[in-house]
Amino acid sequence: MAELNGLSNDVTVALPQIRERIPTVVVDDAHVIYRVHKGASGGSSPVAALRRMVTRTSEPNIREVHAVKGVTFTAYRGEAIGLIGSNGSGKSTLLRAIAGLLPVNRGAVYTQGQPSLLGVNAALLNDLSGERNVTLGCLAMGMSPADVQRQAPEIIEFSGINQRGDFASLPMRTYSSGMAARLRFSIAAAKKHDVLLIDEALATGDKGFRKRSEQRVRELRESAGTVFLVSHQLSSVRDTCERTIWLESGVLRMDGPTDEVVRAYEAFANGK
Amino acid sequence: MANTALADPDSGLTQAQLAARYGLRVAGERPSLAEYSRRLWHYRHFIAAYANAKLVASYSNARLGQLWQVLTPLTNAAVYFLIFGIVLKQNSIPNFIAYLCTGLFIFNFTQTAAQQGTQAISGNLGLIRALHFPRASLPLAITVTQFQQLLGSLAVLIAIVLVTGEPITLAWLILVPSVLLQTVFNAGLTMAVARMGAKVSDLRQVMPFVMRAWMYGSGVLYSVALFEESLPGWATRLVEFNPMLVYIELARTALLEQAPVLNSSLPQLWLVAAGWAIVMGVGGYLYFWRGEQEYGRG
Repeated sequence: MAELNGLSNDVTVALPQIRERIPTVVVDDAHVIYRVHKGASGGSSPVAALRRMVTRTSEPNIREVHAVKGVTFTAYRGEAIGLIGSNGSGKSTLLRAIAGLLPVNRGAVYTQGQPSLLGVNAALLNDLSGERNVTLGCLAMGMSPADVQRQAPEIIEFSGINQRGDFASLPMRTYSSGMAARLRFSIAAAKKHDVLLIDEALATGDKGFRKRSEQRVRELRESAGTVFLVSHQLSSVRDTCERTIWLESGVLRMDGPTDEVVRAYEAFANGK
Repeated sequence: MANTALADPDSGLTQAQLAARYGLRVAGERPSLAEYSRRLWHYRHFIAAYANAKLVASYSNARLGQLWQVLTPLTNAAVYFLIFGIVLKQNSIPNFIAYLCTGLFIFNFTQTAAQQGTQAISGNLGLIRALHFPRASLPLAITVTQFQQLLGSLAVLIAIVLVTGEPITLAWLILVPSVLLQTVFNAGLTMAVARMGAKVSDLRQVMPFVMRAWMYGSGVLYSVALFEESLPGWATRLVEFNPMLVYIELARTALLEQAPVLNSSLPQLWLVAAGWAIVMGVGGYLYFWRGEQEYGRG
């Protein structure tokens, strides 16, 4: 069966296999702990550096934030899974751990192939023009220069940043936050993925762009094996996911059919 | 607990056994060295584009823009010449301004690469936590950016050398392999400090001291003959193996007719220069690769 999984790019093969329940993501008691330095990053002057070194020895100013506390679940091919929970409940951290971008401190995450995280957080260089950021982002996702050349106009077209004049050639620091988010999403969505992790990506941009991006996510979902969707908009979780996982303060609170979980979550959120 | 209802055909298996049965891999696993190098090669276009972007971005807010690539070394040279050439009057060295600038620019190449290297991981956590790419791309991009900066400095340097009356000789060709060896050395050094800086954020604060001490030990601002005069013999031998001193001496041998040098034997200079490049280049790469899966943690 493992050989068949290699064909995951093939849409017609991937969909009928839902019944066979091939796991694509296995999360086993995963813990993620952030280490946060409380001291503000000092200046580069030698005096400040020396002072910091001296104070460091007397009191270590590191705090640990236990963001994900022992989450266990299995995701199967063909599933679309919603991740819900209040702010700071560890949803994005869990996605990063699944994507292999943030190592787990205890436990393990096993995945089929290389999952891709589709987020709006991809840091781009604000001093560069939108066009150059598109090139850079695509190269960072591993596209060849020829592919980048071919795709770049489509990406800029899709993001719609050129609707109000030629913004693509201006530095990104001149963009509104919505425009920047749209461009980031457009870059990330330009590539096909095996396991797709979507982090709040649908919430950005105006109505027209949201429509287009939801359409794009649906296309990506059809070609991907498994989709995870983090969202605070319960309607979009209801629309796209049949299974939902509810995280609360880093603990898996509930895992099951979307209707049940969302109802329980709404009762919890209203009762607070 | 939650998954028992779902994993019916495979019930009874632990999560790890389930993963093994379907051939799943640990997320973010460190690839083998060969595979890592192959991926890095695949990302060469990204490295070049990122290096170029950084170079453009670093001057994008300045009105004179890219001109600073030449103006910065020129201003630097002017300041040091004012202090060491005119106020402190270093008369013992023929063509002091060219001697000074050679040392300064060659040393600056390594200094900036190392200083920015400490930030290569910690300053790009957003990028690292968002996208998959071999992390060595980041320190390597810094090396490439600094190499481009060096080319600007070298243009200034050659102008200074010519204006101060040095002849153009075949020895100038020494500069090419020497700078290439130094670039390999820098790449390794940048990767090494990048991993250290990812773990120990205070390294950035300590780095200025380390670099200043290193600069004084490399005979940048004064005659290298002073080492021989004031240090005991064994210490002088030790200084001869300082990689920065070696790269600077090679550049001085290339460009200047009468510069004082500490290492009189050219073969020894080349040996030390190549040795450091290999040790640091390979060592830094291996050291960085071993930490690959940790860099997202910050």
